[in-house]
Amino acid sequence: MSDKVLMKGNEAIAEAAICAGCRHYFGYPITPQTEVAAYMAKKMPKIGGTFLQAESEIAAINMVYGVSSTGHRVMTSSSSPGISLKSEGLSYLAGADLPALVVNVQRGGPGLGGIQPSQSDYFQATRGGGHGDYHMVVFAPASVQEMASLTVRGFEVADKYRVTSMILADGTMGQMMEPVDLSSLKSEYNPEKPWATTGTGKKREHNIVNSLYLKPEELEKTNFERYERYKKIEENETLYEEYLMDDAEICVAAFGIAARVSKNAINEARKEGIKVGLIRPITLWPFPKAPFEKAANKVKTFISVELSMGQMIEDVRLSTHDKANYMLCNRVGGMIPSPDEVLSAIRNAAKGGKN
Amino acid sequence: MVVFDKPKSLTDVPMHYCPGCTHGIVHRLVAEAIDELGIEGDTIGIAPVGCSVMAYDYFTCDMIEAAHGRAPAVATGVKRADPKKIVFTYQGDGDLASIGMAETVHAAARNENITIIFINNAIYGMTGGQMAPTTLPGQVTQTSPYGRDVKACGYPIKVCEMLSQLDGATYIQRVAVNNIKNIKDAKKAILKAFKNQVENKGFSLIEVVSSCPTNWGMTPKAALEWVESNMIPYYPLGVYKDTTAKEETK
Amino acid sequence: MKTTQYLFAGFGGQGILFSGKVLAYKGLMESKNVSWLPSYGPEMRGGTASCSVIISDDAVGSPIVSKPDVLVAMNLPSLDKYEDSVVPGGAIFVDSSLVNRKVKRTDVKVYYVPATRLADERNIHTLANMILLGKVLSASGEYDEEIVKAALNKVISAKHADMFDVNLGAVKLGTEN
Repeated sequence: MSDKVLMKGNEAIAEAAICAGCRHYFGYPITPQTEVAAYMAKKMPKIGGTFLQAESEIAAINMVYGVSSTGHRVMTSSSSPGISLKSEGLSYLAGADLPALVVNVQRGGPGLGGIQPSQSDYFQATRGGGHGDYHMVVFAPASVQEMASLTVRGFEVADKYRVTSMILADGTMGQMMEPVDLSSLKSEYNPEKPWATTGTGKKREHNIVNSLYLKPEELEKTNFERYERYKKIEENETLYEEYLMDDAEICVAAFGIAARVSKNAINEARKEGIKVGLIRPITLWPFPKAPFEKAANKVKTFISVELSMGQMIEDVRLSTHDKANYMLCNRVGGMIPSPDEVLSAIRNAAKGGKN
Repeated sequence: MVVFDKPKSLTDVPMHYCPGCTHGIVHRLVAEAIDELGIEGDTIGIAPVGCSVMAYDYFTCDMIEAAHGRAPAVATGVKRADPKKIVFTYQGDGDLASIGMAETVHAAARNENITIIFINNAIYGMTGGQMAPTTLPGQVTQTSPYGRDVKACGYPIKVCEMLSQLDGATYIQRVAVNNIKNIKDAKKAILKAFKNQVENKGFSLIEVVSSCPTNWGMTPKAALEWVESNMIPYYPLGVYKDTTAKEETK
Repeated sequence: MKTTQYLFAGFGGQGILFSGKVLAYKGLMESKNVSWLPSYGPEMRGGTASCSVIISDDAVGSPIVSKPDVLVAMNLPSLDKYEDSVVPGGAIFVDSSLVNRKVKRTDVKVYYVPATRLADERNIHTLANMILLGKVLSASGEYDEEIVKAALNKVISAKHADMFDVNLGAVKLGTEN
């Protein structure tokens, strides 16, 4: 008998955050991530933490900004339209080099869109969303266990590099239940934060948490310095999974729920003798360029399976220098490609077909 | 004998405010309150976006620069994380009463144990003199060049009157800094707003009716006179809410 | 290596998600890989609801059940919608007290259980779902009372402990019908 418990992905994120030492949560209700807030509302008061339902997504992210300034671990969660509202705060967090964890359980868009699963916030998550030159470290869990483990990792990476980590999930990942092993969820990495505004105690110069630099040469310097850190993140924190890639001539690129669906299709295609494998980015930023670049030596066709109009495919093309064939297998608006749809895309690629 | 000195809680950084601007006076009153309560080492200030955006350079306590209008939310985060720390925001009228109105109202409704210093000079100063939510009817600004037309732009927002209707708020007072008497009253009010927080009494907001000679297009002296003749009649000074007063008389 | 994909479907409020959860926990108790995925949104408030459960010896790929081995249809719209998706050789369980037509497919096993009527007769009105679950387990020869008890223990919170016996009774009733 295992020690595993069945949990919804959203609940796993909340529990993992608590295990990682996060004691402050601010949010605003929105489907399909409300279980995160509900879980925190239940748990936080009992462990001396903060749960606060903010007046808006904007207020919530700024409360996060306030807590992070004091050096404590803090998070918020939302779904696509709410993340658009938080984008101002995400840019300020980046500008002030404040660590935080932000969860986006994506739903279909644009606009109010729908409430069913989507991956169409890929650009928003990996390219910014807010203004200015900045990145978040974007994690894309593909199981409830990863919803939990990447949450813990997200807090640690955020603290280590003074950046925002984003968990980019979708409605399926948030709502599904799978067994989770909670025993491994803890964070032993808790760095000192000498920059935090905790009160000078009249023992040191005052700390200032700030993103305003009116002198362009100073602002340029902060941008350069931040990108040096981003370079280290790219070197040290890139995560991906390869599946049946050793002899693959066709490579499926997919993350999150799309990767789960794709694995079914790949197993079927293998039975038909098609040499197809999967590269699943686990971090979307930094994007795992190396395995794609390497794969491009043998792979003739890359199939990007996405719940969007084709966003990640741009990173696949960039990583492989645009020298292979590229196909997009996608559904949007809350629809999810079926294993059959992915399988026919693979068969099509095997016959040398193009999109 | 020293009869006049700089408060300890102000740094030596030269302030960037225009000649005749009343921000300097209010900064001083805030710093004096911090000094008198001996809370400098435990205080965290939140600066706004607006003329006082660089307030973080002028106070010796730890400071955070917030996004436009979000200071009460940032203060909420700080206070919830470190409830023993003293947290204040310093905000102008555009920041607090326009873009940040939701954050202001909800922080008051929650009775967050924070102190808000609200500078009302009826104009956006930093961006060069546009209409503010507190710009008076008929008042000429860059974006109300024919005078504020209430039919098109609505009426000014009286923040103290509005917030005092909320069950949550603890202490709401409007003061001015246009003459010595008013400055003395303002000092008392600001001190009380900090003391309330030290004593865990809840949300305190002090609105300071101020002047902006540069963007009003007046000399500093004329601006102070305009405060008396135009601003104060529209924004009457006084205590709008004080739940601590009841406790004291009990 | 065996993978069984279940689809529970019916009206919101019939306990579709709950019986699916008990089944998923049963799989977990047996150290299988499992996934449970509900439909979500406004349909939870009284429209049609469905729930995908996968129990597998292998890692679970897609948690979305589009070709169920086992369909549990608790109302007519669900049978209409999902009947054709069941894999040949699969099984369909119908609450025959609410669905007034027969299954058209001839290449699947069909079980008609008047679950809602049985529940009403015993004054356990909301447990037709558990009666059907009992039937699903007994029909496949997978009914093991101890494991069902363990699964119920996980799903029923301590606050509602009094619901344990009545749920177990409903599952047992299903195995006998």
